Amino acid sequence: MELTSNKFKENAARALVDLQLQKALGNVEKGFIGKRQKSVDALPEFDALRDNARDIKNHVLAHLDLYLEEYERKVLAAGGHVHWAETAEDARRIVLEICQKAGARTVTKGKSMITEEIALNDHLEANGIEPVETDLGEYIIQLRGEHPSHIIAPAVHLNKEQVESDFRRVHTHLPEGRDLSEPVSLLSEAREVLRQRYFAADVGITGANFLIAETGTSVIVTNEGNGDLTQTLGKVHVVVASIEKIVPTLEDTAQILRVLARSATGQDMSVYTTFSTGPKRADDPDGPDEYHVVLLDNGRSAMLGTEYQDMLRCIRCGACMNHCPVYHAVGGHAYGSVYPGPMGAVLTPSLNGIDETGQLPNASTFCGRCEAVCPMRIPLPKMMRHWREREFERNLTPLTARYGLKAWAFFAKRPRLYRLAASFGMPLLSLMGGSSRRFHSLPFAGGWTRHRDLPAPEGRTFLQAWAQRETQKQEAGQ
Amino acid sequence: MSARDTVLGKIRASMRVPASDDDRKRTVAARLAEAPRGIIPQRAKLPKAGQLELFCAMASQFGATVTRVSDYKDVPAEVSTYLRARNLPAAIRIGADKRLKTAGWASEKTLEVRHGASDGGDLAGVSHAMAGVAETGTLALLSGPDNPTTINFLPEHHIVVLKAADITGDMESVWTMLRMTQGKGEMPRAVNLVTGPSRSGDIEQTILLGAHGPRAVHIIVVT
Repeated sequence: MELTSNKFKENAARALVDLQLQKALGNVEKGFIGKRQKSVDALPEFDALRDNARDIKNHVLAHLDLYLEEYERKVLAAGGHVHWAETAEDARRIVLEICQKAGARTVTKGKSMITEEIALNDHLEANGIEPVETDLGEYIIQLRGEHPSHIIAPAVHLNKEQVESDFRRVHTHLPEGRDLSEPVSLLSEAREVLRQRYFAADVGITGANFLIAETGTSVIVTNEGNGDLTQTLGKVHVVVASIEKIVPTLEDTAQILRVLARSATGQDMSVYTTFSTGPKRADDPDGPDEYHVVLLDNGRSAMLGTEYQDMLRCIRCGACMNHCPVYHAVGGHAYGSVYPGPMGAVLTPSLNGIDETGQLPNASTFCGRCEAVCPMRIPLPKMMRHWREREFERNLTPLTARYGLKAWAFFAKRPRLYRLAASFGMPLLSLMGGSSRRFHSLPFAGGWTRHRDLPAPEGRTFLQAWAQRETQKQEAGQ
Repeated sequence: MSARDTVLGKIRASMRVPASDDDRKRTVAARLAEAPRGIIPQRAKLPKAGQLELFCAMASQFGATVTRVSDYKDVPAEVSTYLRARNLPAAIRIGADKRLKTAGWASEKTLEVRHGASDGGDLAGVSHAMAGVAETGTLALLSGPDNPTTINFLPEHHIVVLKAADITGDMESVWTMLRMTQGKGEMPRAVNLVTGPSRSGDIEQTILLGAHGPRAVHIIVVT
């Protein structure tokens, strides 16, 4: 997709007045937060499991080269193929070649963010191969020519009426008078339509939640079962996965699975957790004849050993965006990047460079909820702050912000002057606040006051209030 | 230089580690050999009888139906009862699993038993699970001629037979069982962990059953 992260402000302004979107975004809080909390509360070991999940991934990242070699050895031993891709372009080329060799005309796809990252669908289409998304949400947005607005709920920005009108527009072979007013009838229709596509497809493409070094296994975690039909019914199964998906053993996978589904959808386990190792065996009655893994770097190796390394622990559960007030307000498309929300605000600059994405790490209130719910304990706000620093160092920050910060720094470095200015400023602002104790408009702060009031200061500086508090305490103690 | 060497080289350069570092290699080899179990939740640590009860409770909570029979010879009648109760045609698809094949289907005179992988035309399939996980009510199914993977996903109704003795407390114990039959580091082509029927919340976050896989999962525990 075209990166429009540097238009975040414009995108967000549009999103805020989009009534359809605002209605749909209500489902994010309703659908995710309470369910996660309930499942977490039912597991007393949840926090200890988070620590262990973090430690497992840290161990992997410290030995990533060796685990990748071991993983590759096991895939080959099971009769699979491993392809290494340094860039998104390399990965696209490799997948296309596999499809062309298989004589593919259509390919089915399980839900995968990594194939969004490498823009695989466009590339296949440009080369005469039709990609068919089979996850319900992905199918819907493919019909609309959109991109996912959420990493696990790609169509969360839509309402059922919009889906109905898309199905009527595209499924013209079905009777016009059919009832599509409820989600259940929409689901049944998609199920019927997609059933035929699985059997017709020559290649099935999925991502992977984990790659297990011990056994050479790729793992997908889903609820619908579309990923399984995709990878079981095609003659060729292609797994596209980034290098940091490695875990050492089956036991390590079990540990992380306990925090994954709970953090994502509030389930104890997703419905289908599928472990795939190599192609069809000699006596297998079903399964693919060929099994390929495309291992993608695309900038991740450069994150190792930097302040952004912790981001490579991410297991793509979506909890950070589900709990983000900015995401709730504007939705995923406003971010203008493949990965939205707090995890995207850290990952996208790493993958695409801060020049094109500087607004993303600024699209945060630093409330810290993302870090508080992250199952892998990724310090997202800290890393966003690192990106803001980089942006500032490179003079990418807007002029008004730069001058504002410079003016503040001038006073902050001169404490006496700062106190003097504050002791004049605070009573003045307090006075200006009037009886309502609020500003309805302020010079230079229209961006804030156009949408909401700014509370007026109470008349004293923090230091004055503190000094008074200490005096009172002393007097009370005597 | 191959893409493989480039990517591995970039990783090593970023980590500032040499390609051959015996200490790191030993660490990795030890981790793979030992496969430490990590943290097992208290609720999974139960005596055998408690595991059966927990498995049934959790599987029901996540949308499966569970019934118990005392012998494999009772399985065919239970399958017929299930199909009749839902007005389904008296036809099932099964693989070559001996425990299923020898269950005595002849007792169900009107029941059609099809064999082998599903072609998408079956409304009901019957599989034998390799194990059940009490902690989450999860079934573990292995690919192969005994229980073809397509039976897990294509029929609208998936009936799964599970031996009570094969129910474990936690997922880690399934891996221990698997290593005993497959060998360390070896896996069948597919291991499917199934927890309830297929579902989707993709339209307005409304949870609906029967997205692409089975609309219903019925578990028959042979005690």
